[in-house]
Amino acid sequence: MSYSEKVIDHYENPRNVGVLDTKAANVGTGMVGAPACGDVMRLQIQVNEQGIIEDAKFKTYGCGSAIASSSLVTEWVKGKSLDEAAQIKNTDIAQELALPPVKIHCSILAEDAIKAAIADYKQRHGG
Amino acid sequence: MNYFQLFQLPAQFDVDLTELGTRYLALQKQFHPDNFASASERDRLLAVQQAANINDGYHSLKQPLLRAEHLLALRGVKISAEQRSFTDTAFLIQQMELRELLGEIPHAADPDALIDDAERQIRVQKKQLLASLSAALGSNTHEHDLAAADIIRKLKFFFKLEQELEFIAQQTQD
Repeated sequence: MSYSEKVIDHYENPRNVGVLDTKAANVGTGMVGAPACGDVMRLQIQVNEQGIIEDAKFKTYGCGSAIASSSLVTEWVKGKSLDEAAQIKNTDIAQELALPPVKIHCSILAEDAIKAAIADYKQRHGG
Repeated sequence: MNYFQLFQLPAQFDVDLTELGTRYLALQKQFHPDNFASASERDRLLAVQQAANINDGYHSLKQPLLRAEHLLALRGVKISAEQRSFTDTAFLIQQMELRELLGEIPHAADPDALIDDAERQIRVQKKQLLASLSAALGSNTHEHDLAAADIIRKLKFFFKLEQELEFIAQQTQD
């Protein structure tokens, strides 16, 4: 199986790798994992007073497709509102990165990670 | 296919591996293609199919995680092909910390000390999880089976960590 150029690009030059202050009130953290392959993904968003995601960071331990999926999502969510970010579908990620069927679960993981980050942020802000 | 039945073993997590090995050899012998050389086409095909079942079954019962998954599948809890994300945050944070520890090994002044530390942590946690898995599967209630499924998911992360550690340790020693 070969990776698409976009996957290789995100894998070799991952965007927004890092960590935001997990305890900060304006930060939401999503942690998800895939038992089948042991992948672990942390995706964080920093939200401004207008409810717009102004920064996003990720750290993923996993295969190239999992790293590329989370890297792509951090690029996509910046500048979006929480509702807009929640609309991101794994199929959009898979299509953009041209993921083969056996790697679709990596895009599902990234979708679940952004949803978990949004849920965590909302919970901190009283729902 | 119920592999416990195939090997005439009680359908439980704790399996006598010596007994399993003995039954495997006996079944292999019984269904060896040589015994069906003069049999009908149908019987020969059935024997080939049975030989494949015996190999698959032995493979599944020998490894604790596959055995636990098979036992759960027989009880109606199927997890082998699931794609659902795992979301136990506390557990995942701990996994991430262990991954970070593994990542430090190649750059450490004393890599062997870190390798030993990681090995010990993984070994201790795996042992605890396997003990809880055995207890959960022994209860044989749906609620405990669901708990067992969650323990299997956690153990999979540890088996992956073990592979990663082995790979890193090899590279560091080269």
